[in-house]
Amino acid sequence: MNKPVDPTTLEIPDAPLYASAKKVYPKSVHGTFRNIKWGLMAFCLGVYYLLPFVRWDRGPGSPSQAVLVDFPNRRFYFFFIELWPQEVYYFTGLLVIAAMMLFLTNAIGGRIWCGYWCPQTVWTDLYLAVERLIEGDRRERMRKAKSKLTPRRIGEITAKHAIWLFIAWWTGGAWVLYFADAPTLVKELATFEAPTAAYIAIAILTFTTYTLAGHMREQVCIYMCPWPRIQAALTDEWALNVTYRYDRGEPRMPVPQAKELRAKGLPSGDCINCRQCVAACPTGVDIREGAQLGCIQCGLCIDACDAMMTKVGRAPRLIAYDTEVNIKRRLEGLPPIYRFIRGRTLIYVGIIAITGLIMLYSLASRSLLGINVLHDRNPLFVALSDGSVRNAYTVRFLNKRPELRSIALTVAGVPHPTVHVIGEEQADRTIVAVGPDQTREVRVLVTVPPGAKLDKSTPVTFTARDVGSGETVTESEHFIAQ
Amino acid sequence: MEKQEIDVVTGTATTGHQWDGIKELNTPLPRWWVWVFYATVVWSVLYWLVYPAWPLVSGYTRGLFGYSSRANVAAEITALHTLRGEKAVALASASLEEIEKNPALLAFARAQGKAAFGDNCAPCHGVGATGAKGYPNLNDDDWLWGGTLPAIYQTIQYGIRSGNPEARENQMPAFGKDGVLTRDQVLQVASFVRSLSGQAARPGADLGAGKKIFADNCAVCHGEDGKGNQELGAPNLTDRIYLRGSDEAAIIDIINNGGGGVMPAWTGRLDPATLKSLAVYVHTLGGGK
Repeated sequence: MNKPVDPTTLEIPDAPLYASAKKVYPKSVHGTFRNIKWGLMAFCLGVYYLLPFVRWDRGPGSPSQAVLVDFPNRRFYFFFIELWPQEVYYFTGLLVIAAMMLFLTNAIGGRIWCGYWCPQTVWTDLYLAVERLIEGDRRERMRKAKSKLTPRRIGEITAKHAIWLFIAWWTGGAWVLYFADAPTLVKELATFEAPTAAYIAIAILTFTTYTLAGHMREQVCIYMCPWPRIQAALTDEWALNVTYRYDRGEPRMPVPQAKELRAKGLPSGDCINCRQCVAACPTGVDIREGAQLGCIQCGLCIDACDAMMTKVGRAPRLIAYDTEVNIKRRLEGLPPIYRFIRGRTLIYVGIIAITGLIMLYSLASRSLLGINVLHDRNPLFVALSDGSVRNAYTVRFLNKRPELRSIALTVAGVPHPTVHVIGEEQADRTIVAVGPDQTREVRVLVTVPPGAKLDKSTPVTFTARDVGSGETVTESEHFIAQ
Repeated sequence: MEKQEIDVVTGTATTGHQWDGIKELNTPLPRWWVWVFYATVVWSVLYWLVYPAWPLVSGYTRGLFGYSSRANVAAEITALHTLRGEKAVALASASLEEIEKNPALLAFARAQGKAAFGDNCAPCHGVGATGAKGYPNLNDDDWLWGGTLPAIYQTIQYGIRSGNPEARENQMPAFGKDGVLTRDQVLQVASFVRSLSGQAARPGADLGAGKKIFADNCAVCHGEDGKGNQELGAPNLTDRIYLRGSDEAAIIDIINNGGGGVMPAWTGRLDPATLKSLAVYVHTLGGGK
């Protein structure tokens, strides 16, 4: 039951809850983590933009694109794997693995996804690089934001948005290439002969990329994305996170003051309060306030701080990948310890391994022949003039191989059944031809001769056997009499 | 402007109206609501201009867009014909046997036939073509006029006792009503007919006499052995499928009163491709010869 609250005890804030966003002008930095981020950005964008053009020979009649989502023919191709719509559950496995990888990396090295791999981060980084190239670094951009519009300034703004839109358009353009033969679609797009859906998809992706990476940036991470909230509940004191080592940095003070205190043998921190870490931060947070929702742990503040520490002649890595445990231990004068094998990491690895093995097994052992059987609903059975009983079924054969196959259909479970496939010659063993990578639906009549003792409903088994390879699949149905 | 009086209890302004000392509180509609209302008024006026709206003495205002739901239907029907396209053309030109041999055409014909059957045939023959008393079951292998593809096609095209010059015609005489057979003779022949399909005869019935009556009156159409004649539409009396029931009363009734049902002719009502689809559909239900 809800507990009633006395209205007088409710605190109502005077200030509005809405706070308008402060524009962030991240400063450019150089260093280890910046280089890692450049490398990963090149890799991610390279894969995204070029993958549709990778070819993979599947023989005649099949698409030769390595990664292709073929909606018209309802197929998904990934290199040597071809999935049919009824196998889409494999993606469930992929999603489970993806989620567990996210949790695992988080338990070991913090928000590695957010800082380095997330499309929002990668594209925002790219857009920032463009902005910096055209408008200059942090100080210049802040100055220009306040200054009056001059023709030169208008030129800069136009150039920046033009390049942003070009990247956004190219992003949308690459997206649609995953859904059709890439070289063909590029030609069609260039000659304005592509399907309308392609242009609409490009327009939508252009809009979202331009908006999210150009204008919303850190707002996406702070307000839109659910992961920071979940991440906060999943991290622990053993996880490496981008951390301000307050054990070493506090109390903060300028260099001359620190010199004075150190001469007297008094405690002084290494942090000189230069705020370079804040200036470099793409989400505009102060890492010295500790782990927080806005921090995507990209490591750029580490580079910014290291540069400053080197300048003032102090040891680098005042901000570094570190754990809460080790900071506490250093404060107590103990050596740092690392523990990556913990309960939670073992569980994550276990789930990844089990899911992966199940997927591999089911992928390797899946049948490339299929049969679905549906009993006629009306009539359930037909009594023939000689007293025999007949049931009709709709049978669909699935041939997942790229060649024509002959499928032999047999029915067992009732006495002396005769099987007649409509449109095929009647024979002891009915053979049905099913085209390459196709399904075929046939109407099948199963007749039991008079005199046979039949229950109201008898389970029967339909067996489809590939005459060539001997591959066999079965499906259960019922034979209805009375 | 007059100063508004504030109601002490609610803190709301009054309208200044008073009835028997009761004052009316002024609680106007929310401003946004009023504006939405005005917007709908403007919208409706624009709607009248743009779409068909007002009835006139003969006709109606047609609107600026020239919208017409009738034209839309016509366009959809044209689109449907375009959509069916090649297969419909192939269906119209292929023979019935060719359709059944070609899996793609067969599937197309069965789908079209099923839809046409539901629209035109199901009222009598049932959705599953299982028929009813007096209406044949089309799933079984017992056919009055033949179960081959051409025979079924013929029946669908011209019907039975439909009045069409090509229609299948026959007549079961009313032996009892017209006084051809006496009451006793009807009972005797009825017992004999039942015995043809292995059913129990009435106790004390003279099957020999029945057999003689059958040979004299019935064998002309139903054959000496009672196996019927599809040329004449005479039912096989030796199997277990009886159109109007195989119990004695039903058999006596038909010997007494004769008669036969009517199946309409569908030529002219349905286009040739649909007629073919129907023939293929019925033939592939299972009973086709």
